[in-house]
Formats: sequence, C-alpha cells, structure tokens
Amino acid sequence: MKTYCLRRLLQAVGVCLVISMISFFLLFLNADPALMLLPPDTKVEDIALFKRQMGLDRPVVFQYGAFLKKVVLEGDFGTSFVSKVPASRILAERIPATLTLALAALLFANAVAIPVGALAAIRRYSLLDNLATFLVLMGQAMPLYWLGIMLIIIFGVWLGWLPISGSEKAVHLVLPAVTLGAWILPINMRLVRSGMLEVLTKDYIRTARAKGLSEGRVLLKHAFKNAAIPLVTVSGMQLSLLLGGAVVTETVFAWPGLGRLAVDSIKMGDYPVVQAIVFAFALCVVFGNLVADVAAALIDPRIRLD
Amino acid sequence: MPPPESTSAVEEALDPLPRPADLLLRKIWHLRLGVLGAFLIAGLVFIAVFVPYVSPHDPYEQNITARLLPPSWMEGGRPEYLLGTDHVGRDLFSRLLYGSRISLTVGLAAVLVQVVIGIALGLWAGYYGGAADSAVSFMVNVMMGFPFILLAMSLVVVLGPSLQNIILALGLTGWPVFTRVTRMETLRLREQEFVLAARSLALGVPRILLGHILPNLLPSLLVLVTFEVARAIIRESLLSFLGLGIQPPTPSWGTMLAEGRDYMLFEWRLAALPGLAIFLSAMGINLLGDAVRDLTDPHMRKS
Repeated sequence: MKTYCLRRLLQAVGVCLVISMISFFLLFLNADPALMLLPPDTKVEDIALFKRQMGLDRPVVFQYGAFLKKVVLEGDFGTSFVSKVPASRILAERIPATLTLALAALLFANAVAIPVGALAAIRRYSLLDNLATFLVLMGQAMPLYWLGIMLIIIFGVWLGWLPISGSEKAVHLVLPAVTLGAWILPINMRLVRSGMLEVLTKDYIRTARAKGLSEGRVLLKHAFKNAAIPLVTVSGMQLSLLLGGAVVTETVFAWPGLGRLAVDSIKMGDYPVVQAIVFAFALCVVFGNLVADVAAALIDPRIRLD
Repeated sequence: MPPPESTSAVEEALDPLPRPADLLLRKIWHLRLGVLGAFLIAGLVFIAVFVPYVSPHDPYEQNITARLLPPSWMEGGRPEYLLGTDHVGRDLFSRLLYGSRISLTVGLAAVLVQVVIGIALGLWAGYYGGAADSAVSFMVNVMMGFPFILLAMSLVVVLGPSLQNIILALGLTGWPVFTRVTRMETLRLREQEFVLAARSLALGVPRILLGHILPNLLPSLLVLVTFEVARAIIRESLLSFLGLGIQPPTPSWGTMLAEGRDYMLFEWRLAALPGLAIFLSAMGINLLGDAVRDLTDPHMRKS
C-alpha cells in the first residue's frame, strides 16, 4: 500500500511537471511577452533593456526553470498582463464560484443518476429502464452549451421561472448546475445501472435473500453498497469532466469562475493567468485521480495494489 | 417433470430474465435506433456533398432589408427564406445546410489524425512493452491530466484559427483514447498463438503489427471511431462557439450558435436550430456506433 501510494504520487508529480512544461512552451511559442507588457510605442533599446531585466533574453529552458522555481516555492505565476494583479490572486478569487458550481452539479447529477440508475437495473427492460437508456444516448450527443442555452430560453425567457444570469443568489445556481450536472449524469447513471445489474446476480445477494432479509435491505445494504464502488473510482475522472464542463457552462451563464477566466485569458493572451489555470486544473485532475484510486482500494478489498 | 413452482419463482426473482416478448421488442427497438442513426448520417452526408444544389441561397449573401425575418410560415416571413434570416439578413436554412460540410470535414479529419497517432503509439507500447510502454503510458496520463478544452483552445490560439489548425488541435488532443484501446488489445494479442506463429516465421515487426494484430483490433476500433467522430463534431462546434474555432462568416454550426446567442431573447431559433443540427448529427453517429457494436460483438453490448 505504501509503495503503491508513493509510486503513484511520484507519477502524479511527474505528470504535473510535464503539463506545466507543455503549457509554458506552448504559450511562449506564440508571442513575445515583452511586447505584451510594454506600451506599443516603446523604443527598441528599451525593449532590449526590459528583456534583460526580466530575464526574457535567456534561453527558454532557463526561463522555464525560473518560472517553475517561483511557482513551487512561492506559488507565484507572475503578474497578469491585463489587470497587472498577481495571477495567483486572480485565481484564488475565482475558485469559490467554480467550486460551488461543480458541487451543485455533482449533487444534482447523483441525486438523479443513483436512484434512476438503480431502479432501472432492478426493473430491467421496464419502461423506466428504456427511458433511462434513451436519456443516456441523448446526453452523449447533446452539446453542453446548447443545453444551457435551451434551458435559458425555456425556463428563463418563455416560462420566466428562473433568472438567466447572475451569481448572487441561490436561484442563480439552478440552471448552471443542471447544465453542468447533465454533463456527467449519463455516465453516472450507466455506471450505477451496470454495477447494480452485475451485483444482483452475485451469490451473496442470493444468500441475503435466502436469509429472509427484506427486499429493501437486500437492495440497499447488500447490492447498492457494492454497486456504488465504480462511482468512487471514476470520481477522479469526473473532476476533469466537471472542470472542462465548467469552462463551457460558465461562459454560457456568465458565471464568474475559473472556466470563464480561462476562456477570457486565452483569448486576450494573458499567459500568466492561463498558466496558473492550467496548472491548477492539472493539479486537481491528477491528484483527484490519485485520491480516487486510493479511496477505491480502501473501500474495495478486492483491488490489489501492485 | 416440471420443476417445483417455488424454485422457479426464486429463480425468476434472482435472475429476472426478460419475457421473450419484451426481448423481441427491445431488439426491434435497438435495431430501429440503428436504422434511424443510419438515416440521419446518410442525410447528413448527402447534404454535405450536394449542398450547392440543395441550398436555396448563397450562405454568405447578406440582405440588409431582410434582417431577422421569422420563418416563412409565420407572420412577416417571406417564402424565399424558409427558416427566416439572421442578424445580417442571411438565409438561416442555407447556412444550416452548409454547416454540415464543416462539421463532417472536421469530424472525419480530426479523427483520422487521432487514429494515426493513437494506433501507432498503442501498437508500439503494447507490442514492445517495457520502456516503450512506460513512456507511452506516461504520455497518455499527461494528456488525460490536461483538461482537453484548455489545451485545444491554447493550441488554436498558438496555431491560428483556421480549418486545418482546428483539425490539428482536435487530433493532437484526442488520440489517447485510441492509444489506450490499442495498447490493451495488443498486450492481450501478442501472447496468442497466431502472433507467436507469425514471429516464428521470422516476419518483420511491421508486418506482424499491421498484418496480424491490427486486423483483429478493427471491430473495436471501428466502434470507437464512430463515437469519436461525434465527439469531434461537438468539440469543433464548442471551439467555434467560444470564438476559437471556425471564424465568421464561415457557416459553422458552433459559430452560428454563438452569433444566435445574442438574439436568443427574441429570436430563439437562431441559437436553437444550429444546436439541433449538431445534436442530430452526433446522435445519428452514436446510434449507428451502438448498432455497429451490437453487430460486431454481441458480448460488448451495453448491459
């Protein structure tokens, strides 16, 4: 267990390192940061002087080293080209909004996916099951941002039930959370359904029934607990999906989180902020996966760690 | 002698097999969806190929005197503009039809890039194992840790938003799926007798990989290809929607959706219809993919 965790940790650090490297070089390929930072009428000599002072004239490998050192030691990604504020501070301001949205979406998705998926498995081939299967098919083909816009049109414009943008009150959260939740709902529903179907054929379910336990107890305590394990295993992957989906959802609903910040910063060429976001996303995804794997191993004694 | 009734009741409760009638219905239902998908795709391909002959208008032709017209059957609509016009007076129907070209081109070409990179790396890692496998697996992990959308957006910004670059950006970010499947299957196949036989005949590695291992992967890869084409279409439209894909005035469904979004409060069709086109295309491809999977491998069926 210890060696497994250690190896996975090292691997995770390596992955993050390479991601930071790719994002660093990728963005440096594109434009000269000195030109972005200085006013457009700066003299050529002044640009050269500025580059020397900032270390921008050194080989890009050294620049990357300096960048990495600052990131690791001080959490400093540099100053935003646009707002002249440290990128890490901008990032920190936006994190709560994205976190709220992601949690609400996760809650909504599982609140629907778990009962419907389990019922679909228990009543296999029933109308509910067929409907659920069809919903999964639709969900996989639905562009997330289109769903968001359609929800705005239907519930915001036609029915007038819900506000179409804003982020101050809890009602503002409903449409974005449903949109983002719909992104992972089909996956979870399929997982719960197939997990439940598999578990229901197991001998220990037969035993539990033979013991005379009530059907509810059999399904909840014996079947569902085991069927839910895949949900834990994929929760790391879902973090990545939720973050990617947040980019889209936040753009559609003008939600002031990391995702919209990412789109705006990439469009404006605000590289320190982009790098900070990519790094934060990568950290979340890589360590989310790590934690999910370890958690799955802890819950499920059948998973051997070697 | 028929089994005692109590046993059969228990059996039924334990392993709820569907009634034959239900099973038949479900099979027809399944097949019908596949046929529906095939029709949707055939329609999409037909439109994409023959759009200059089908389209009633030039998709770029602006008519300032006919801006934001409603569909022809509604009050104020004109018969020559079937689904009405957009904010600069272009025919929405013609633009929707032309959008199929962009979506299909990007979808197919991006998946081609994914397939070439993904399969090559997967075969290499799976066949040789060891260091090659570790290196490729590490790369896959890196790609999986990189949020797709951020990487694709950054790539488009660096390369510049053109059709080729969007294809490249989607291809360069989407290959790990193919690598994972190819690698796993190759790992399994390389120990099988027919591969050992090929090796003992002193066939070259390229010949073993391409002639003996790859053909066995084709069914599962074919299914993956269909699903990935659908995803690439959605991803292209997403990049275009965010302004980092196909640039206006080119009629891409994502771009049209982004433009229509500004008018969604009073002209909802401008945003809704391009999205519907994307949805139907992706749905058609997915339904077809499901059917292909069921046909090629009954065991891989979604349980």
